[in-house]
Amino acid sequence: MTELRLELNGISKQYPAVKANDGVNLRVTPGQIHAVLGENGAGKSTLMKIIYGAVRPDEGEIRWNGKPVKIRNPHEARALGISMVFQHFSLFDTLTAAENVWLGLDRSIPLARVIQRIREVAEEFGLDVDPLRPVHTLSVGERQRVEIVRALLAKPQLLILDEPTSVLTPQAVEKLFITLNQLSQQGCSILYISHKLNEIRTLCHHCTVLRGGKVTGEVDPTQETNASLSRLMIGAEPPELKHREAHLGEVALAVKGLKLPKQDPYGTSLSGISLEVRAGEILGIAGVSGNGQNELMAALSGEDRRSPEGSIELFGQDISHDGPDPRRKRGLHFVPEERLGRGAVPMLSLAQNTLLTRHESVSRTGWIHKSEVLKLAESLIQRFNVAAPGPHAPAKSLSGGNLQKFIVGREVDAAPRVLILSQPTWGVDVGAAATIRAELLELRDAGCALLVVSEELDELFEISDRLVVIAQGQMSPSIPAHETTVEQIGEWMSGLWPREAAHVQA
Amino acid sequence: MESWALQAAATLNAGTVLALAGLGLLINERAGIVNLGAEGIMLMAAFAGFATGVHTGSDLMGFLAGGAMGAVLAATLGYLVIWLNANQYATGLALSLFGSGFSAFAGIKYTQEKLGPRPHFEIPGLSKIPFLGTALFKQHPMVYLAIALAVVIAWFLYRSRSGLVLRAIGENPESAHALGYPVRRIRLAAVVTGGALCGLAGAYLSVIYTPLWVEGMVSGKGWIALALTTFATWRPGRILLGAYLFGGVTMLQFHLQGQGVQIPSQFLTMLPYLATIAVLVLISRNPAWIRANMPASLGKAFFPEG
Repeated sequence: MTELRLELNGISKQYPAVKANDGVNLRVTPGQIHAVLGENGAGKSTLMKIIYGAVRPDEGEIRWNGKPVKIRNPHEARALGISMVFQHFSLFDTLTAAENVWLGLDRSIPLARVIQRIREVAEEFGLDVDPLRPVHTLSVGERQRVEIVRALLAKPQLLILDEPTSVLTPQAVEKLFITLNQLSQQGCSILYISHKLNEIRTLCHHCTVLRGGKVTGEVDPTQETNASLSRLMIGAEPPELKHREAHLGEVALAVKGLKLPKQDPYGTSLSGISLEVRAGEILGIAGVSGNGQNELMAALSGEDRRSPEGSIELFGQDISHDGPDPRRKRGLHFVPEERLGRGAVPMLSLAQNTLLTRHESVSRTGWIHKSEVLKLAESLIQRFNVAAPGPHAPAKSLSGGNLQKFIVGREVDAAPRVLILSQPTWGVDVGAAATIRAELLELRDAGCALLVVSEELDELFEISDRLVVIAQGQMSPSIPAHETTVEQIGEWMSGLWPREAAHVQA
Repeated sequence: MESWALQAAATLNAGTVLALAGLGLLINERAGIVNLGAEGIMLMAAFAGFATGVHTGSDLMGFLAGGAMGAVLAATLGYLVIWLNANQYATGLALSLFGSGFSAFAGIKYTQEKLGPRPHFEIPGLSKIPFLGTALFKQHPMVYLAIALAVVIAWFLYRSRSGLVLRAIGENPESAHALGYPVRRIRLAAVVTGGALCGLAGAYLSVIYTPLWVEGMVSGKGWIALALTTFATWRPGRILLGAYLFGGVTMLQFHLQGQGVQIPSQFLTMLPYLATIAVLVLISRNPAWIRANMPASLGKAFFPEG
C-alpha cells in the first residue's frame, strides 16, 4: 500500500452550540482528488480549517506523509505544503490582488516578482486576474480567481478547494478540471469540497461524505449516482422540482436600451441593455461575474438612480429615478448578492432584519410593534425551514444557506409582483437550494415575474423559462431555456452571440 | 522678508508636535486600534520629559523619558483592548482623563522649574542661505526627525512587506489570522510604537517648544492629532500637511494678536483647529478615497478563532 499523504484519525471539534466534527477519519493518498461532500453545517469547513491550522481540534491525530504532526497555524500548514482556497474569501479589500497573494506567501520575494508569477500562473491555468487592481473593485468571481492563484503559487502538495467552481463558466470549469488533473498527475493531492454532485462524479477519485459532523460514507464517486450521493449527504433525495406550464401575463418589468456609464473605475458600463419579464415567468441572466451584473442590479433595485428617464418600466410606469422603497411599494422586491451587509445587517437579530424591507409592523407614527415583528420572523423561520435558534438570533450567527433561506423567505412572503434575485443559492447546500428554487417556482406559478441573476448554469436551466446572457455590459437576445444548451450559453458568456438575431428577441 | 522666514521657521516648529503625534496615531490606527488616550499620554509624557530634563539637565534624556512614558501607557491600553477586548473608546477616554489628572497632580512642584539655557541649532552652510536658511535650516533636530519619520512610515506602509501585513491586519484581522499572522502581537507593537511617538511629541512640547511645564499644556493637541489622522485619510504626507497647516495658522494668529487686531483672542485661538479640520475635510471628501484608505476594522474588537 502506498504511503498516505494525509491521514486524520478521530478528529473532533466542539463549538459552544454544536459539535462541528465528531470522530472524523479521512485518508488522502498522493495525487488523489478527494471529494468532501456534505451540507452546510455538516462540518466540512471546520475540518478543512483544522487541516489548514486555522482551527485547533479538541481530539484526534493528524498524520502527514506518515508522520504525526501538530499543525498549530497556517504558516506551519503552508510549510508542510498545504494550501487552501477559502469559501468565504479571506482577501483584504483595500489591497491589490498582488498584495493579497503576497501576504499568503511565506518566502519573502519582491512584489514585482509576485506580480510576474501571478501573470504566469493566470496564463497557464486560464485564470484571468489583474494583479494591480484593488480587491474591493473585483466581482465575487474575480476574487475567487485571486484566491486560487494565491494557493497555486505556493506549489502545494495538498490543495484544499472549497466550492471553487461556483463562479466559473462551464468552459472555465473544464479548464480548471484539466489543471486539477495536471496537478494530481504531478502528485499533488486535492481536497475538493463541493455540493455539485456531477462535478464530484466526473473529477474525483474518492469521496468522503459528512453529515452532522460525522462521516456517513466513503465511496468511489464514479460508481455512484447523484441520487445515491445525495442520500448519503442529506439522508434523502432532494425534492424533484415541478415545472408547470407557464401562464404568461402582462409585461411586468421592462428595461429599454439602458445605458449607464460606470461609477466605479473598475466597474462595467451598461451599454444598451434591453429585457422584458412577464408575469408568471422566470427570466434567467447568465454571465461570468464582473460583466455588468452588479451595475444592472443596482439600476433595477433603485440603488443607482442615474438611469435615463423611461429606461426602466414597472407595469408600464417609469421607475427609473425611484429609490428602493417606492419600487417596493409598487411590488418590486429584491434579493441582493451579498447576504451580510446588503441583504441583512449582521449584528441585528432576524426579527430586526425583517424591518429592512417589511414595514407592516411599523405604525403610522413610526413606532415598531415588537410582537408583530417577532411573529413575522417566527413565521418566516417556520415556513422556510430556517435552522436558527429563534427570531432573536443575530443574522451573522446563521450559516450562509440558512440566512439565504431567511432573506429569500422575507421577500417571497411579501407577495411581490416582481422579484429580482442575485445569486439566490450562492454557497447554499443542495437541500436548502432545492427549497429556495421550489419557492421561486411556486411564486412564478402564482403570477409573479422573476428575474434571476446567477453564475450557476445548472440552476438557471433548472428554473428559468427564458435565458439571456450578459457579457461586457451588453445583453444577448433571450432564448427559451429548453431550446438551448449549456455549451451554447457558455459560448454566449464570452460575448459570442449572433448579433443579427437581436431583433427576434421575445 | 526676514519676518516671513521667521514665520515659516516657527510654523515648522509648531507643527512638529502634531506631526509626531499624528504619525504615531496613524501607525496605531492602521493596525485597527483607536487610541483616544493620546491627549493623556502626551500630557504624561510632557511632564515626564520636563521633569527628567530638569533633573538630568539633558534634553535627550527628557525625550527618552517622554517616549518611554508614552510606550508604557500605550502598552497598558494595548493589553486592555487587544487581549481583554475592553472597549477601545471607553478605555482610551479613561486613559486621557487619567493622564490629564495625574500629570497635573504630579507636576505641581515643577511649575516653577526651569530648564537650562535652550540649545540653538543650525545646519552649517545651509543656514547661511538668505531666507531659506532662516526658514528651514535653523531648526531643532526633532523637526527634521518628524519629516524623516513621515517618509520612512510612508515607505514602510506602501513598500515593505511588514507594512503590508500591518495594513492587512487593520483591514481584516480575521483573514490575517487565517493566513497565520500573529494579529494580537502585531497590534500591540503598533500601539506601543504609536504611544512612543505621542510621548515624544509631548516631550518635545515641554522640553523644546514651550519650554516649561504647565498643567494641561497639551491643550487639545492630542485630540486634534486624532482628528488629523482621520481627516488625513491615514496618509503620512497629509498628516504632515495638516500639522504644518495647524502650526502656520497658530503662528498667524499669534501674529494677529500681536498686531492688536480687534477680534477676541478666544476666536483667534480657535482658528488653527478650525482651519486644519476644514482644509483636510475639503481635500479628503472623496468617499472612494476614504474607502480605499480607512482601516476597516478600526475600533473593533478581534476574537481569534480556534
